[in-house]
Amino acid sequence: MALPKRIIKETERLMAEPVPGISAVPHEDNLRYFDVKIHGPSQSPYEGGVFKLELFLPDDYPMTPPKIRFLTKIYHPNIDKLGRICLDVLKSNWSPALQIRTILLSIQALLGAPNPDDPLANDVAQDWKTDEKAAIQTARDWTSKYAAPE
Amino acid sequence: MDSDDEINSVQSSEDDFMDDEDSLGEDFDAVEEPDDFGFSQDKDIKPRKQAYEVDFKVWGPGQIQDQQDKQVEEVSAVIGQPTESTAILLRHARWNKERLIESYMDKRDEVLESSGLSEDKEGSASITKADDFMCDICCEDGKDLDTFAMKCGHRFCVNCYRTYLASKIRDEGEAARIKCPGEGCERIVDSKSLKLLVTEDLKDRYHELLTRTYVDDMNNLKWCPAPDCTYAVECGVKQKDLTKIVPTVTCSCGHHFCFGCSLNDHQPAPCMLVKKWMKKCEDDSETANWISANTKECPKCHSTIEKNGGCNHMTCRKCRHEFCWMCMGVWSEHGTSWYNCNRYEEKSGSDARDAQAKSRQSLERYLHYYNRYANHEQSAKLDKDIYLKTEKKMTQLQSSSNMSWIEVQFLQEASQALQQCRQTLKWTYAFAYYLARNNLTEIFEDNQKDLEMAVENLSEMFEKSTDQLAGLKVEMLDKTSYCKRRRIILLNDTAENLKSGMILIIPNS
Repeated sequence: MALPKRIIKETERLMAEPVPGISAVPHEDNLRYFDVKIHGPSQSPYEGGVFKLELFLPDDYPMTPPKIRFLTKIYHPNIDKLGRICLDVLKSNWSPALQIRTILLSIQALLGAPNPDDPLANDVAQDWKTDEKAAIQTARDWTSKYAAPE
Repeated sequence: MDSDDEINSVQSSEDDFMDDEDSLGEDFDAVEEPDDFGFSQDKDIKPRKQAYEVDFKVWGPGQIQDQQDKQVEEVSAVIGQPTESTAILLRHARWNKERLIESYMDKRDEVLESSGLSEDKEGSASITKADDFMCDICCEDGKDLDTFAMKCGHRFCVNCYRTYLASKIRDEGEAARIKCPGEGCERIVDSKSLKLLVTEDLKDRYHELLTRTYVDDMNNLKWCPAPDCTYAVECGVKQKDLTKIVPTVTCSCGHHFCFGCSLNDHQPAPCMLVKKWMKKCEDDSETANWISANTKECPKCHSTIEKNGGCNHMTCRKCRHEFCWMCMGVWSEHGTSWYNCNRYEEKSGSDARDAQAKSRQSLERYLHYYNRYANHEQSAKLDKDIYLKTEKKMTQLQSSSNMSWIEVQFLQEASQALQQCRQTLKWTYAFAYYLARNNLTEIFEDNQKDLEMAVENLSEMFEKSTDQLAGLKVEMLDKTSYCKRRRIILLNDTAENLKSGMILIIPNS
């Protein structure tokens, strides 16, 4: 199937004007599959870490949102063990006018502002609520352990 | 649980049984007198409402549409908005007219904003060609491209807009609250825009979904849960009254269901007991059966123990208590005569057995009711098989006994009565499990017994061979109307006692 113009344009723009702290590179053999790297936002427990994600554009993209998953282990109340992400714009609030870059920015923002009140990983959210300091420290430890830049 | 639907749902006309007054014995004159009076006067008058019945009305798809249109027009006249916007406002307010009008009068802008009708930019919704335009969805551009935007100004090419709406309607089943595809835009796509954009093949689906949300939003409306039924039922019974009323309604398609929980007719048991009961049955009936048959409890710590071999000298794994499997007494009192348990009169043994009996009692009690409940369910299924053969039987009967088609209708009637009564009986057992013991419960049980006996009698007759059936016609007619009567008496009695709060439910059971 020919790649829709929309995907070609988006990919071109991602290459030509990359978002700072975010990179998304399509696989050569599958232009709908992207390797993504997001730098942990500064002033967050994920600062200094580089997180790998995979991103896939389904057939009916952009009518349905891209599928995105963290590959790097991360300690975050809205991201579970399998790397799945709880983010409104990836589900009910998806709009076909949103793009790969806007979604990745939203994910980066989620790293800067964890939301333990709407958890995906219940145990992490529990830690976060009972002892935020300790939870942030764990997130920092995990970042240096699993997300160290190569 | 639902396999018996179709049969139960075959509508039985309520005044059928009134034709057979003479055949009824003397025994319930006192109860039925007022009704008899009403019916014998004029059979065309709608039967007086029984205590167990509720008022309801069935609406067809067209009528539901009319109802919506009427409400939209009404509100539109009051608030002075065009009907398209009013429809959106009403859907947003979940069809609470009064609240919408009130809040609209108080804070018009806020209401418009929250339902996505705020006026951001001028320009009416229409398909136009725009200069210097690139669609944010497909990245196509060009002067010839047809584009569309609502008042919010988020402009996309018509193709993308159509695809977007199609995926919302077809895949996500949304209709009343589809938002503008623009990022973060809360504006709801109004019906005018939809008319402009939605392709023919989706229009039906769209309208179906709109009606669906209307019925879902209204507290006094419920869809008939029967497969492929398009009717909705209106009933005024409130959620909070469900502990006292069992609102069984009958759809025009013939399906009997409970308005409170949409399950199949479960009179006389109230919804919450039905829910509890079904959960309990799911959880433990089979397990409980097995436990009851194969295990005993440690007399000390009440752990459940299965003896899978060895002698009667038991040592509980948990509390190390030593006892005799036969008499449940303490082992030390057995001395050396362990192989021949002769300690039946021993005090500790009988105490232990008493305690055990008590704890088993509740289990036995549950199984008592469960077995009867399950039995009626099973029998109803078997009766259903018979029902399926009824038609064949009827034809046979016509050819073998020179009876006309009309004259063999009694078989079908009997079969329907059986189904209905079994359904009721089934639930009386679930209900009885939760009843505290008092005089009313005893009356309830008497009623239950009478109905059960009548049903079993009729059921037995039903299984007779065809040549015998012809001769049994009068008797069967009698039994059928007797069953129906008994059922109504039971339901009426229970409904009245439930309403007045005279029936006590065992707490925490």
